[in-house]
Amino acid sequence: MTQTVDSALRSALFTYLVRLGDDSLVLGQRLAELVSWQPDLEEDIAVANLALDHIGHCRNFYAYAGAVEGKGRDEDQLAFLRDERDFLNLVLCEQPNGDFGQTMARQLLFDAWRLPLLEALRDSADAQLGGIAGKAAKEARYHLQHSVTWVVRLGDGTQESNERMQAGLDFMWRYTDELFWGDEVEAALVAAGMAPDPASLRSTWETTIGDVLDRAHLRRPADPRQRGGGRTGHHTEALGRMLPELQFLQRSYPGLEW
Amino acid sequence: MSYDVPHVPGEPEAESSSSAGPGFPLWEVFVRPSRGLNHVHVGSLHAPDAETAMQNGRDVYTRRQEGVSIWVVPSAAIHATDPFEEEAWFDSHKPYRHPTFYEIPDEVGHM
Amino acid sequence: MTPQERFDALIAGDEKVEPRDWMPDEYRKTLIRQIAQHGHSEVIGQQPEGNWITRAPTLRRKAILIAKVQDEAGHGLYLYSAAETLGISRDELQDMLHTGRQKYSSIFNYPTLTWADIGAIGWLVDGAAITNQVMLTRTSFGPYARAMIRICKEESFHQRQGYEIMLVLANGSAEQKAMAQDALDRWWWPALMMFGPPDAESTHTQRAVEWKIKRETNDELRQRFVDATVPQAHFLGLTIPDPDLRWDDESERWEFGEIDWVEFWEVVKGNGPCNKERIAHKVKAWSDGAWVREAARAHATKQTRMEASA
Repeated sequence: MTQTVDSALRSALFTYLVRLGDDSLVLGQRLAELVSWQPDLEEDIAVANLALDHIGHCRNFYAYAGAVEGKGRDEDQLAFLRDERDFLNLVLCEQPNGDFGQTMARQLLFDAWRLPLLEALRDSADAQLGGIAGKAAKEARYHLQHSVTWVVRLGDGTQESNERMQAGLDFMWRYTDELFWGDEVEAALVAAGMAPDPASLRSTWETTIGDVLDRAHLRRPADPRQRGGGRTGHHTEALGRMLPELQFLQRSYPGLEW
Repeated sequence: MSYDVPHVPGEPEAESSSSAGPGFPLWEVFVRPSRGLNHVHVGSLHAPDAETAMQNGRDVYTRRQEGVSIWVVPSAAIHATDPFEEEAWFDSHKPYRHPTFYEIPDEVGHM
Repeated sequence: MTPQERFDALIAGDEKVEPRDWMPDEYRKTLIRQIAQHGHSEVIGQQPEGNWITRAPTLRRKAILIAKVQDEAGHGLYLYSAAETLGISRDELQDMLHTGRQKYSSIFNYPTLTWADIGAIGWLVDGAAITNQVMLTRTSFGPYARAMIRICKEESFHQRQGYEIMLVLANGSAEQKAMAQDALDRWWWPALMMFGPPDAESTHTQRAVEWKIKRETNDELRQRFVDATVPQAHFLGLTIPDPDLRWDDESERWEFGEIDWVEFWEVVKGNGPCNKERIAHKVKAWSDGAWVREAARAHATKQTRMEASA
C-alpha cells in the first residue's frame, strides 16, 4: 500500500478489503457445499473450480487486509475467529443454494456485478489492490460466462426449468440492490481514487442482466422491498447457520496449527 | 488412485441394460498445450452442446495450466481407419523418403 | 492371421489393444467391469472427503481438499470415458452403480468422523491406490492405460497432502495427536482390505493377469504397501493397530496380522457402515439433477433446429 499517514483512509481500505474477502469466502463456502451434488460429474468439477477461485480471491483480499490493519491478523484469523456481526459480505452471497436454478440465479446476479467491479479496481490508485483485482478479474470473466450459459439453458429449456429458474431469480432479486449501495467506506476510497463508486456499476449490471433475461425468456422480478445490511454486519439468518460449520475446528481447538 | 473391486463368489455378473436415459452426446476434446504446438487429443466428456463442452473441457482437462486452446468435436463426427487394415495402410516401407537412406561423404560437410 | 491370433500377438508383444480392435467378449466384459468399478470408486470417493470441505480448519486446507475432491471427480470422468470406448454409455454406467449391479471400492463405505480422517485417507487410501496405479499404466487396453497415466500425474499431491496433515497433527497438541492415532486405528485395516481377497481366493485374478489387465497380484501389492507404510507411521510416532506386526529379518518385510475377512465380505456385499448413504447420496444428486439435464438437452435441440432453418 502506498504510504499513507491517513489512518481513516487506511481503516476504510481495511474494511473494504474485508468486505470483498467476505463476499468470496461466503460464496466460496456455498459453492463448496455443492461438490458431489451436481447434476453430472462435469458440473461437480465446474462448481469445485468456482469454489476454488473464490477461496483464492478471499485469501488474497484477507492477506492484504491483515497487512493494512497492521495488527498481525492473518487470513485464517479473519475467516475463522470473527462472529457473525463482524462479517461484511453482501447478503446475496449467503443465500442458500436451493435447487440448481436458485444457485445459478445467485451466481448470475453476483458475477454480473463482480466482473465490472474487479475490472474497475484494476485501475485503483492502490497498486496492490489493483493487482489482486486484476488477477481475480480473469477468473470472474469465466464465472460470468458459466452463469450465463446455465441461466440461458434453464430459462430457454423446458417449461419446468423455466419455472424453476424464474423462481430462483424471484428469490434472489430482493438482495441485489445492496450491490450498488455505498457508505462512508466507499466514499473515502472513491475520493482517494482507490475504488469505483458502487452506484456506477449499476448500468453495466442492468445491461448484462437484461440481455440474459431476454435470451433466457425470463421476467425481470417485480421489485420487492430490497434487503441489505450485510456490509455492516446485519445479515439474514442464513449466515448464522453457516458460520458454526465453517469455524467449528478453530473455535473448538483455539490457537493450533493444522 | 486405483481400486480393485472383488467379485463376491456366487454373485452373477451384471449385464448392462439399455433402460438408462438418452444422456448428453459424447465429445472428444483436443487441447493445444501452448502456442506453436498442435492440438492433441486428451479424452472425452459429455455435454449437451458445444459451448458447454468447451467449458467442461476447460474445467476437466486444463486444471494444471495445460493448455491455451481447446477444440471439441462430437465423437460421432470422427471417422477412423479400420484397425484390420493397419498393415495395408501403414506398413508400406519407402525408405528412400528418409534422409538416412542416403550416403553423403563426410568431406562434403553437413547436408 | 485370425482376429484371435492378432489379439494374442498384441498381448504377447506387450502392445496396446485399442477400442476398435477385435477382442474376445470376455476381455471386453472384464475391462468394462474393472474400468467402470474403478470409475465408480473415484466418484463415490468424493463423498467421505467431501464431508469435511465445509469444516476444513484453515483456508489453505479447504482449498487443497476441494482440489483433491475435484481431481477425484475428474479421474472418475477419465475412467468412464475409457469404459465408453468399449460400448457402454455414461447413463448405463450410472444406472449400474445406482442399482448396485456394479460396485465401487469398499474403502469408501467407512465414515469420516474427524479432520484426522482426511489425513489418514490421503496417506493410507491414496497410498494403497498408488501402489496399484503404476502397474495399471502398463495395462493392455490403450484408453485405460492412458487414463491411468493422466491419473498418476495428478495423483502426486494427494498422498503428500494427507501425510502432511498427519504430520502436523502428530506433532501438535495432545488432542490432535490423539485424533491422528484414532484415525489410524480406524483406517488401517480397511486400507489393507483395499487390495482384495488373498490370491488363493481371488477368482478373476488369473485371467486378468493373462490378459495383462492386472499385472501384479493382491498379496504382492498388499505386502508392498505395508512395507512402505510402516516406517511412515513410525516417523509420525503413531502405533499401527496390529499386535502381530513384526519385522522379519529373513524375508526383509513386515509380517502382519490376520485381516477380518468376514467384515471384508460383509462390506463388499453392501453391509458396511455407509454403503446405503453413499448410494443414496449419488442417486439423489442424479435424480435432483434430472430436470437440469432435460433442460440442457431441450435447449440444444432448439438451437439445432434454429440453425437448420436459418
